Amino acid sequence: MSLFRPRHVSMATLRNSFDRRSMVIGGVQAGIGILLASRLGYLSIAQNEKYKLESESNRVNLSLIPPRRGWILDRRGSPLASNRADFRVDVIPDRMTNEGQTIGELARLLRMQPVDVQDLRDKLEKSHGFAPVEVMSGLDWERFAAVSVRLPDLPGVVTQRGFSRFYPTGPSVGHLVGYVGAASAEEYEKERDPLLVTPGYKVGKDGLEKIFEKDLRGYPGARRVEVTAGGRVVRDLETREDMPGKPIKLTIDGPLQDYAARRIGLESGAVVAMDCHTGEVLAMASMPSYDPNSFSDGIGRIEWKMLADDDHVPLRNKVLRGLYPPGSTVKPMVALSFLEAGLHPEESVFCGGGLRVGNRVFHCWNRRGHGQVNMAKGIYQSCDVYFYHFAQRIGMDPIAAMARRLGLGQEFKLPVVGQSYGTVPDPAWKKRKYGKDWAIYDTVNATIGQGYFLVNPLQQAVMASRLASGLNLVPSMLFTDKAKPAPTLGIPQEHLDIIHKAMSDVVNGPGTAHRAALPMKDILLAGKTGTAQVVGLNVGNGKGGLWKHRDHGHFICFAPADKPRYAVAVVVEHGGGSGAAYPIARDVMTYLFDPNKAVEVLHGYEKEWGGTAQQRLDAKYRAYSQAYGGGAPAPPSEEKVEAADQPPATNQPIVSGPQTPPPEPVALPSTPVTAEPSAPAITLSPPGGNPQ
Amino acid sequence: MNRSIVPETIARQPWHVLIPLAGLVSLGAAVLYSAAGGSLQPYALSHVLRFCVFLVAAITLSRIPREFFRMAAYPAYGAILVLLILVELLGAVGGGSQRWLNLGFMTLQPSELMKPGIVLALARFYESLPASITASWRGLVPAGLLIAMPAFFVMIQPDLGTALAICFGGGMTMFLAGLPLWWFLGVAGSLAVIAPVAFFTLLHDYQRNRVLVFMDPESDPLGTGYHITQSKIAIGSGGFFGKGFGNGSQSHLDYLPESHTDFVFATMSEEWGMLGGLFVLLVFAIILFWGLRVARNSTDRFSSLLAAGMALTIFFYVAINLMMVMGLAPVVGIPLPFMSHGGSSMMTNMICLGTIMAVSRWQRRPSGLG
Repeated sequence: MSLFRPRHVSMATLRNSFDRRSMVIGGVQAGIGILLASRLGYLSIAQNEKYKLESESNRVNLSLIPPRRGWILDRRGSPLASNRADFRVDVIPDRMTNEGQTIGELARLLRMQPVDVQDLRDKLEKSHGFAPVEVMSGLDWERFAAVSVRLPDLPGVVTQRGFSRFYPTGPSVGHLVGYVGAASAEEYEKERDPLLVTPGYKVGKDGLEKIFEKDLRGYPGARRVEVTAGGRVVRDLETREDMPGKPIKLTIDGPLQDYAARRIGLESGAVVAMDCHTGEVLAMASMPSYDPNSFSDGIGRIEWKMLADDDHVPLRNKVLRGLYPPGSTVKPMVALSFLEAGLHPEESVFCGGGLRVGNRVFHCWNRRGHGQVNMAKGIYQSCDVYFYHFAQRIGMDPIAAMARRLGLGQEFKLPVVGQSYGTVPDPAWKKRKYGKDWAIYDTVNATIGQGYFLVNPLQQAVMASRLASGLNLVPSMLFTDKAKPAPTLGIPQEHLDIIHKAMSDVVNGPGTAHRAALPMKDILLAGKTGTAQVVGLNVGNGKGGLWKHRDHGHFICFAPADKPRYAVAVVVEHGGGSGAAYPIARDVMTYLFDPNKAVEVLHGYEKEWGGTAQQRLDAKYRAYSQAYGGGAPAPPSEEKVEAADQPPATNQPIVSGPQTPPPEPVALPSTPVTAEPSAPAITLSPPGGNPQ
Repeated sequence: MNRSIVPETIARQPWHVLIPLAGLVSLGAAVLYSAAGGSLQPYALSHVLRFCVFLVAAITLSRIPREFFRMAAYPAYGAILVLLILVELLGAVGGGSQRWLNLGFMTLQPSELMKPGIVLALARFYESLPASITASWRGLVPAGLLIAMPAFFVMIQPDLGTALAICFGGGMTMFLAGLPLWWFLGVAGSLAVIAPVAFFTLLHDYQRNRVLVFMDPESDPLGTGYHITQSKIAIGSGGFFGKGFGNGSQSHLDYLPESHTDFVFATMSEEWGMLGGLFVLLVFAIILFWGLRVARNSTDRFSSLLAAGMALTIFFYVAINLMMVMGLAPVVGIPLPFMSHGGSSMMTNMICLGTIMAVSRWQRRPSGLG
C-alpha cells in the first residue's frame, strides 16, 4: 500500500514540518481573527442602522389605545350612552398555543359560568384569528389581577384597562341608541383600520351607534412601552392620549324615554312623543327590547334563546319597523280633509249601526247605531257610518292627500338604520300595485284606517303633532339650539279648532276614552282612539283568546288641547283594543307635565309586573341560564340578528272586501304581495269588525 | 526584571499575557454584572472568584515538571475516559442523558477535562513514536483510536460541540506532529462527502435544525433562528461605541438567549460596541500568539505539541463561539473562554493556560527539574 509506505522521516524533518505547519496555523488563526473583526465591523458599523431599528422594535411595543367613544346625550345633556372604566380580558385566537388549556385556566381564574364558557367557545369558533375575542369585561380588580400575573403562561391572552360602553337606562334605549360590538371580519375588510382589531375596541352595530360611528369614534391614542421578550411590560415610555369621539346630542328627553319604555310594561308596543313647536322627537320607545349593555360582548346563547322565544319580537324597532293599520286614529285627519273639501261640520248622517254600500253592508262598530251624527260626534264617538257616508261623497284622493300632508306614508330624514313607511292607499296606488281599479269599498275601508292603510307609530305621532299645531313639523332627533320654525300647513285655523274640540271631547267630553283624561285639572288632553283588527271575527273577537289574534290598540293625542305643546302616539300590539294604548299615552303625557305624579303610577304598576324592564330582563336571563345552561342553541350570525329587525314579508294575499258578515263572494287578487313592506298578515275587515 | 524588589516566583509569570487576560475577565465580569440586571449575583462575583481560584491552580500547574506531565499523560487520559463511561452508565441508569458527575462539592464534566486530556495524551504518544514510523499507519491508528473513543462517548451524551472540540484538538496535534499532509487533505475531502450523509443520519433533529436555520435564520425568526437573529441584532445595534454599560436592551429584556453563557459576546457587544469586541479579539490574539510562540520556542517535541495543542483548544472555543454569535456558524453550545459564565469552561481553559505556562517555564529550565 503506497498510502502507508514509510518515507524517510527523521526527527529533523518532523521539527521542520512542525515549524512550517505551526506557522500556517498561526496564519489561519490570524485570518479567522481578521474575518471575525471584519464581520464585527460589518454588523456594528455597516448594518448598525438596520439592527438598531430591529432592536428598538424588539424593545418598544406600540399599542393603540382605543379612543373613548363619544357620548350620546339627551336634550338636557345627560348621557344615554356613556363610557365607564373597565377591566377586561380578551384572547387573540391566533396567538393561543393550547386553546383548550388556556380557556380552562381562564374559566377557573375568572370563575366563569359553564354557559359563559360555552359562549366563549362559540365566539372563538366563528372568530377570524387576528381579531380579539372578549372573554369577560367589567371585572373586579381581584380577578383582573389574577389573570394579569399569569399572562406569561397564557399565550394569546390580553388584559386591558379601558372603557366600555355603558347605557344607564339599558333596555329603554336599546332600539333608539343601538349597541356596540367587536368589529366583524367584513367591517375590518372594508376599513382596514388596525384600530378595529385592537382588543377592547367596539364599533356601533345598530341604531345611532351605527349611524354616527364616524363621529363617535374619535382618534386612538398610542402607548409606547418597553416589553420583555415574554411580553411583560417593563415601563411606559410615552403615551399619546386618545382623542375621544364627538358627543351626539339628541332631542330625546332621557327620563321621558325611560319612562315611556318602562310604562309599556309587559305589552309589546311603541311610544313616540314629539314637541308640537319644533317637531323634535322627545321619546321613541319600542318594547320589549334587549339590553344593549349585555350585547356589547356579543350575543350569547342564552340571550339569543330569550330573543328567539319571545313572540313580542324584541329585536324589531316597532317605532320605525312596525307597520299597523292605523284604525280610527285617522278619523280626525279624514274629517280635516272633509272640511277642506267643503263639507259643513254640522252636516249629519243617521247611523243605524251600518251602511249599505253597493250590495254589501258595512257595519258601524256600534251595532246599535249612533243616531244622528255630525262631524264632531263622528270623531268623539268614532262613528264609522259617518265616515263611510261622507267619504263616498268626497272621494279617496282628497283623503289620501291629507294623509300624506299630515305625514302618513312618509319617510323622514332621520338618523336611523331603517324605516318602513307603509302605505297611504289611493286609486293610482292600487292601479300601480295590483293593476286593479279602485273600488268604492276600498274608500270605505281606508276611511276608517283599515284596508290597505299601513302606518308606523312615528308617522302617527307626526300626524298628531301636525294636527295639533297646524305646522308642517318634521321630526328631528339631533338637538340644535336654533331650530327653524316650521312652516304652516296652510290649514285654516277654524278647521283645526273644530278637530281639536272634537278630539278633546273624545277624552273630556262625551267621547270614547274618558279614562285617558290627565290627572291635572288645568291641562286637557285631546286624543283619538283606534283599534285595528288583526284577524277576522270568524277567527276571534279581537278582545281575548290567543294573544296573536287580539286587536292592535292605538292612541294619538296632544296636550294641552287649547295650546298644543306635546303630541304622543302609542301602539300596543295585540293589546285587545285602544283600551290598552290610551292609559300609556295618558301617563306619558302626565310625565311631561308632572313627572312625580306619573312616576308614582309607574311604580305601582312595576310592583305588579315584577320590576323594571331591566330587572325583568335580568330575572329572565337567570331563569334561562338555569334552565338551559350551555345547552341553548348557538346564536346565528350577526346578519341574521339584523334580519330579525325587518318586518316579515307578507305571503298571504290581501283580502279586499268585507269578510264578515259575507254578503257576497269577494274576488281575491291572485297576486301575493311580496315587495311592499307591510304589516304581519292582516285580514281586512271593516264592517262589524272595527270596535272602538 | 527587577529581581531585587519583586520575588522571583511572581516576576517569573508571563505578565504580558496575564494582565490582558485579567482585563478580559474583568470585562466579562462587567458584562455578567449587567446581564444580571446590575448585580454581582449570581454571575459576576462567582466568575471573578473562579478566575482567581483557577489562576492559582494554573500557576501551581505551571510549576509541575515536564517529567511528571509525561508520566501522567496516559493515566490521566485513561482516568478521564473511565469517568466519561461512568457518566454514560449513570445516565443510562437514571434514564436520561447526563453530562456531569456530582462530586458533592462540585459538578464535574469529564468531557471538559478530555479537551486538554487528548492533547496531552497525543503529545506523549508522538513524542515516544520513533520519527521513522510517524508517517506510517503506526503513527495514525493508535492516535486515531485515542481520539475516537472519547469523541464517541461525548457524542452520544449528546454533546456535539465538545466532541468536535476533542476531535479538533486531537486532529491539530496530529497535524503538527508531522503526519503526511495529504492524509489530512484526504480526510477533509471525504468529510465533504460524508458530511451531507451524516447530516441526515447521525445528527439529532435539533442539531440538524440548527444547521438548517443557520443557513437561513430568517426562515424561522421566532423558533430556532431566533438565537442567531437576536444575537446579530444585539451586536449590530451596539454600533462602534455601544449602548453604554447597563443599557443593553436585548439582554436586559430577555430577547437575547443565554446572554450570560454562550451569547455573552453579543451581550458585551451591545453595551461596549465594536470597541469592546476588538478588545476581546486583541486579548485572544495575545494569548494565542503567546501560546504558539511558546510552542515554537520549545526545543523538545512533547513540549511543542503540548503547548500548540492547548493553544489550539482555546482557539477552537473562541473561533466557534464568535462565529456562532456573529452568524457565521450554526448554534453549537460552546462558551466563550474567560467571558462566559460557567465553571467547567473556566477550568478547561485555565488548565490549557496553565499547561502553556508550564511549557514556557520548562524552556527557562530545560532540564525540567524545577
